[in-house]
Amino acid sequence: MTAPLFVEGLHKSFGALEVLKGIDLEVAEHEVVCLIGASGSGKSTLLRCINLIEPIDAGRVVVEGEEITAAGVDVDRIRRRIGIVYQSFNLFPHMSVLDNVTLAPRRVLRRSRTEAEDAATQLLDRFGLADKRMDYPDRLSGGQQQRVAIVRALAMQPDLLLLDEITSALDPELIAEVLNVIRELAADGMTMVIATHEMGFARDIASRIVFLDAGRILEDGPPERIFREPREVRTREFLQRIIEAGRL
Amino acid sequence: MIDEPPRASREPVLRVGGSGRRAVAIALVSTAVIFGLIGWVVVNSPGWDQVQRSFLDWDNFVESAPRIIARFEVNVRLFLIAEVLILVFGLVLAVLRGLPGPVLYPIRLLATVWVDIFRALPGVLVIYVLGFGIPGLRIPGVPNDPFFWGVVALTLVYSAYVSEVYRAGIESVHPSQAAAARSLGLTQVQALRFVVLPQAVRRVIPPLLNDFIGLQKDTVLVSFIGVVEIFRQSQIRSSATFNFTPYLVTALVFLLITIPLARITDWLVARERDKRYATAVGASAAGSRRGRLWGGGAR
Repeated sequence: MTAPLFVEGLHKSFGALEVLKGIDLEVAEHEVVCLIGASGSGKSTLLRCINLIEPIDAGRVVVEGEEITAAGVDVDRIRRRIGIVYQSFNLFPHMSVLDNVTLAPRRVLRRSRTEAEDAATQLLDRFGLADKRMDYPDRLSGGQQQRVAIVRALAMQPDLLLLDEITSALDPELIAEVLNVIRELAADGMTMVIATHEMGFARDIASRIVFLDAGRILEDGPPERIFREPREVRTREFLQRIIEAGRL
Repeated sequence: MIDEPPRASREPVLRVGGSGRRAVAIALVSTAVIFGLIGWVVVNSPGWDQVQRSFLDWDNFVESAPRIIARFEVNVRLFLIAEVLILVFGLVLAVLRGLPGPVLYPIRLLATVWVDIFRALPGVLVIYVLGFGIPGLRIPGVPNDPFFWGVVALTLVYSAYVSEVYRAGIESVHPSQAAAARSLGLTQVQALRFVVLPQAVRRVIPPLLNDFIGLQKDTVLVSFIGVVEIFRQSQIRSSATFNFTPYLVTALVFLLITIPLARITDWLVARERDKRYATAVGASAAGSRRGRLWGGGAR
């Protein structure tokens, strides 16, 4: 059984700024890994490097035993097995909700329109969006848009789901509806890597917490240990600031 | 989708300034005074009688109009054929210029040089060179029809402009859209075709219409290589009658065709701007997205 995700020696710089300074990470099947750390610690960049939307400088990324960073590999083929949901939703504004969800299954997986729409309708129904299928994204609330973005990623039946601070752009009262979707996916056994500032959520849902600090993984362990007795001074300081801000 | 707020202040097409009935009255009076003054100067100028006879001859007008207007059909054909070719060819050029990667550098370079050359050359020169030069080579099988070369020349010149309009549209679509499409496993070409281009083209429809107003007028340039269209026909009539009134007919035809198109373009621009503004502000502002076709009037 190969791991859904294996990252080794990942380096990434933007100009002179080195954002990721050698990341090693392995995620087992059904595991939910929460990436925590201050803004600018490299959480988002790490997620964007895993599916190579952001080209990397050095290192290897292996998804379900296939190395996406290998020379000559068809990146598009491996990417379709990785779902990613962004902070700012990035729905396609010129398409209805249904077309947003069915675009990739139809064009990438070559599903027929009816097949893709049936599957999409089932997913939308499951997440309480059935009555929104013909609406355009700008008619939806932020929470609804983000749930559509999650459904759009799920429609490709990914082996691995990456979530990049998916509640950071939402009004506080809309956060719960999105987090509940993720809880449901975790209960179903979806393998996920989640960058988040919601520490309470991370503590509930994560099987592992990974603390990123200045482009390095500083601490990695079960949530009970990381939140109760962090080993590193930097982790303790970070959690202290979070507690002072009233977020934990 | 986070949209940027409108850049300029939201002004109607024409505005009177100030408010209420008093402003309208002042606007009317000052307009009457200014135009009355200009009219008085023209009518009392020393050469007015001569000008009136050679430009505003009613009998000549009535007699010339039908023949001249009939020739407008040639301009319409030039315009319609060239427009379709320009829309396709301009898009191809824009997409070629946006191709990524060092391998495709020669293609990008060619497309860029192409656009630079045809934007730099006066349209009438391109028409001359193609219309007289290529038939002059007498290559077997190559057409020597001036209409054909007129369409080719207009297409070359205008597709260079239109490709720039398309390119601005493509660049206005936020990169996160293409990233979202690629993340779902779509190829670069699929992301362009299904996600980026549909949004880009929608945004550039008003500036495209603007270029087509220019194209409509520039169809008269094709008369220089011997196509008898509306302008050439009025020249012929003018020489035959020793009178300039036929040109007035042509001028009126263009005014009648072009001004409504310009109004529709402005209205589309206003509507697009209102729509983006409404999206930026939120659904609550969506109720007030009415474009103004004619503008003017006190607010």
